[in-house]
Amino acid sequence: MLCKKIMVFAGILLSSLPWVAQAQNQVNMSPGVTEIGAEIYDLHMLIMIICVIIGLLVFGVMFYSIIYHRKSRGVVPSQFHESTKVEIAWTAVPFFILVAMAVPATSTLLEVYDNDEAELDILITGYQWKWRYEYLDAAGEPVAFFSNLATSQEEIYNTESKGENYLLEVDEPLVIPVDTKVRFLITANDVIHSWWVPEISVKRDAIPGFINEAWSKVTKEGIYRGQCTELCGAYHGFMPVVVHAVSREEFDGWMAAKRAEQASDLAAASVEMSLEALMSEGEAVYNGQCMACHGASGEGGVGKAIAGSAIALGDVSTHMDVSIRGVSGTAMQAFGTQLSDTEMAAVITYQRNAFGNNTGDIVQPADVASYKQG
Amino acid sequence: MGAHHHGPARGITRWLFTTNHKDIGTMYLWFSFAMFILGGAFAMIIRAELFQPGMQLVEPGFFNQMTTLHGLVMVFGAIMPSFVGLANWLIPMMIGAPDMALPRMNNWSFWILPPGFLMLASTLFMEGGAPAFGWTFYAPLSTTYAAPSVTFFIFAIHVLGMSSIMGSINIIATVMNMRAPGMSYMKLPLFVWTWLITAFLLVAVMPVLAGAVTMMLMDIHFGTSFFSAAGGGDPVLFQHIFWFFGHPEVYIIILPAFGVVSQIIPAFSRKPLFGYASMVYATASIAFLSFIVWAHHMYTVGMPVAGELYFMYATMLIAVPTGVKVFNWISTMWRGALSFETPMLFSIGFLVLFTIGGFTGLMLSIAPADFQYHDTYFVVAHFHYVMVAGAVFSMTAAVYFWLPKWTGRMYNETMGKVHFWISFVGFNITFFPQHFVGLAGMPRRVPDYALQFADFNMMSSIGAFVYGASQILFLYNVIATIVAGEKVTDEKVWDGAEGLEWTVPTPAPYHTFEVPPKVGAAPAHG
Amino acid sequence: MLRLSRNPGADTALKLTVVACAMFAFVFVVMVPLYNVMCDVLGINGKTSGTAYTAVPAAVDTSREITVQFIATNNDGMPWVFRPEVRQVKVHPGEATDTVFYAANPTTAMMVAQAIPSVTPSRAAGFFHKTECFCFDQQPLDGKASAQMPLQFVVDQDLPEDIRTITLSYTLFDVTAMTGNRVAVR
Repeated sequence: MLCKKIMVFAGILLSSLPWVAQAQNQVNMSPGVTEIGAEIYDLHMLIMIICVIIGLLVFGVMFYSIIYHRKSRGVVPSQFHESTKVEIAWTAVPFFILVAMAVPATSTLLEVYDNDEAELDILITGYQWKWRYEYLDAAGEPVAFFSNLATSQEEIYNTESKGENYLLEVDEPLVIPVDTKVRFLITANDVIHSWWVPEISVKRDAIPGFINEAWSKVTKEGIYRGQCTELCGAYHGFMPVVVHAVSREEFDGWMAAKRAEQASDLAAASVEMSLEALMSEGEAVYNGQCMACHGASGEGGVGKAIAGSAIALGDVSTHMDVSIRGVSGTAMQAFGTQLSDTEMAAVITYQRNAFGNNTGDIVQPADVASYKQG
Repeated sequence: MGAHHHGPARGITRWLFTTNHKDIGTMYLWFSFAMFILGGAFAMIIRAELFQPGMQLVEPGFFNQMTTLHGLVMVFGAIMPSFVGLANWLIPMMIGAPDMALPRMNNWSFWILPPGFLMLASTLFMEGGAPAFGWTFYAPLSTTYAAPSVTFFIFAIHVLGMSSIMGSINIIATVMNMRAPGMSYMKLPLFVWTWLITAFLLVAVMPVLAGAVTMMLMDIHFGTSFFSAAGGGDPVLFQHIFWFFGHPEVYIIILPAFGVVSQIIPAFSRKPLFGYASMVYATASIAFLSFIVWAHHMYTVGMPVAGELYFMYATMLIAVPTGVKVFNWISTMWRGALSFETPMLFSIGFLVLFTIGGFTGLMLSIAPADFQYHDTYFVVAHFHYVMVAGAVFSMTAAVYFWLPKWTGRMYNETMGKVHFWISFVGFNITFFPQHFVGLAGMPRRVPDYALQFADFNMMSSIGAFVYGASQILFLYNVIATIVAGEKVTDEKVWDGAEGLEWTVPTPAPYHTFEVPPKVGAAPAHG
Repeated sequence: MLRLSRNPGADTALKLTVVACAMFAFVFVVMVPLYNVMCDVLGINGKTSGTAYTAVPAAVDTSREITVQFIATNNDGMPWVFRPEVRQVKVHPGEATDTVFYAANPTTAMMVAQAIPSVTPSRAAGFFHKTECFCFDQQPLDGKASAQMPLQFVVDQDLPEDIRTITLSYTLFDVTAMTGNRVAVR
């Protein structure tokens, strides 16, 4: 019986060691892919092991008592009930153990706070319910984009089987170079969010109106997934973080491609699109951005219904205003800053022609651009 | 005091107008159990949704309403009133007083609770739904972005807070002024000491919570900007004010539980409590320290490093007096003559599981490590270990221990033991795996999760259903005892029990100690 | 000691009621101002002063070069174009520096904005002095109008040696409703 207990315990202990833990049913923190992460992991293990040892000793004494100091064994109870010496001892010894723990905790914390001399700065803004990333360069048009959950509603509502990275995949990941000290500047657009990637060992709250900073230096190329870790409303569980850590060369290439893409988005705004193209793109944008609140068939929910709505059937400029500028005091955000002109034109066109609306209206990217400029 | 002794009034007016501490204690206990079932129902919905990945039962917004109400109802409706109920029943008897110092205020303290909770529960049916911002209701999610029901939430908190404040004032006034001759402070049973200290904590910090929700009300309705950067305010100010209340609050929850266990363990060890004075000082130290550690709930908010270090050191220090208490309880058992009736089983369960919760608390206090634990299921596991296996187990032990004295009937011991073992196993299956998923990266307050967390979540949900079901067994046992339990007439129901409440007849008469007893030199406490 | 009642229980209760009321007042009268003072003095939440700094003439420390980064963010529902004209400057402590932020109101109605500054590292906030800032006042802009909003600042020579980069972030809030003006026509 005791042997079995030891084996079970050893099994649990072994599976908590990092190289034995698997992704599935992981029982322990991962040391991650940064030096500071490994330090944090070591600190975590140190404290946990000390606690386990103290626990075994203390419970050992208690279980001994439970077994051997039973009335049913006919023991006569002692009546001792105080000892100043013992009280002092078990006050002082834990105190010194705590001091010993505080030393590595302090040095690790000081390192976590050392944000200086970063090589790359990235502004991270939490929105309900997505992240926005902006690479802060001194010159040129900054590369900036939104990062939305890419898992489909069908997977979430169980009409399709779930992919491997269910709830931990995005349309536009954050890409950073390895072996580079990256500084994250974190804020929020609306409520408090929190940006966390366990394997990069960074978690910092995103507070509207305030800026926080954190740093990381990833040592291993790979894809690292995290989530928002501060309750921020209904879809708090649906705004993941995905970071691709790549080589310097790959990063530079990606940045160049991104700049080109942003430039061509601006250029695309002057192209005339067919109704079919607008509807197709519009459906994709609708499903990614609007459906969560306005329903898969435009039936409404948290947000108003779009099917048969006065706005979707009425004046186009009102429809554009609501979509681009949002509605102050409600959950309807200003999507004008979140979608390209092409995406905006497409989704407005889609809403005006889907769900039985059939207005026949077409909104071109140029219409959106000129509306934004007034 | 007049010599007119009619028994209790008849019918519903007895309960509406009673000023008798036993009646009021009984009402608190039944009310808190009803709230425990309500909060438990919300938990069952939560765990049912989390049984598998994907959204099966509820929408994400409603899920957040469930987590919020589960926390609010359990903390303010189940745990706190249950210990107030114990205080009402036991404190006057333990100190040899005929009743509480302010019996009419005592009636009010109880009777504002049902309307308060009715108001809170009614928010489920309001436009926009119930509060969905977590029991910690951070701004601006709870101000600018809250559903209209937030105003009713604020009023409900005010009502609940007033109940707690009035109850605590009553307890302090009673203990300070109505002890029987000879009952000096250092002869008080530890349950009375822990409640006395808790009551001071409540009087100090419950108004702070009232202040926080009033500031919310002002930001929402009167154009102020306490928590909004736009007007020069700061959402983090809310967190500081909330946790200045919130941390002492968790000690308010646990200190009476410590007191209960300090009565029960000596009784079933047939040995006095080890280190009585030390236990009193440790309780006072914990209460004092609880005021100066609040920001360990905010390690990721962007505090300057000096502040972060201070709060880390101060928080770690709490382990010292808490450890002292655990060592003293075990020393009480050591070389005693132990028996394992149901109250003792729950108390030992408390000792083991609360200590485990304390260890994870120590891990959480380490700020750099907390960056990985904060707002994950590791925290959820920690606080359920200390609040459920801590406070709730202690409360359950208390009911089994004192029910025979209150009712004159003995509960079914076998059923009690079965309740214990199912609770113990069910509890651990529910919450131990939550440590794993938290460490593996699962955030809290999410209605859905990535696939690698599925197995442990399913396990946790099964455990929750088992634990929940076992409370029905408890309810059955309690009712069956009251209605048809085997009669007990010994004053000292348990041969090892000490204290003035064990000198009055069983069941305890409606009025006790109308003539104060003489408290002798020998310690009256266990 | 003052006795509030002949009944000792009521006396204790009344005194404790005073304590409870005092703790309620404590939140408004002590906690809020204390928090603001601590933030001001220690720069805890990165808040910099909301009023102009009166520059004290002092020598410029040319041995140190501090990088100052500017970030501009719109809060929820704020439709203005808002960006720093220069995203980063290198300055010497003690040297007054000017820069400009661009803002444009794309709606057809007059709107009023409030820029809220936030500095990181928070330790640096107390050493970052703004002698002139568009954040000191609410900024009205007519519909379709735009503006160049000036910022003049000086970094204190006593800035801790280990800080080499300061990031100043402005969040722009729509406060039209708060000023009693009509909210922008939608």
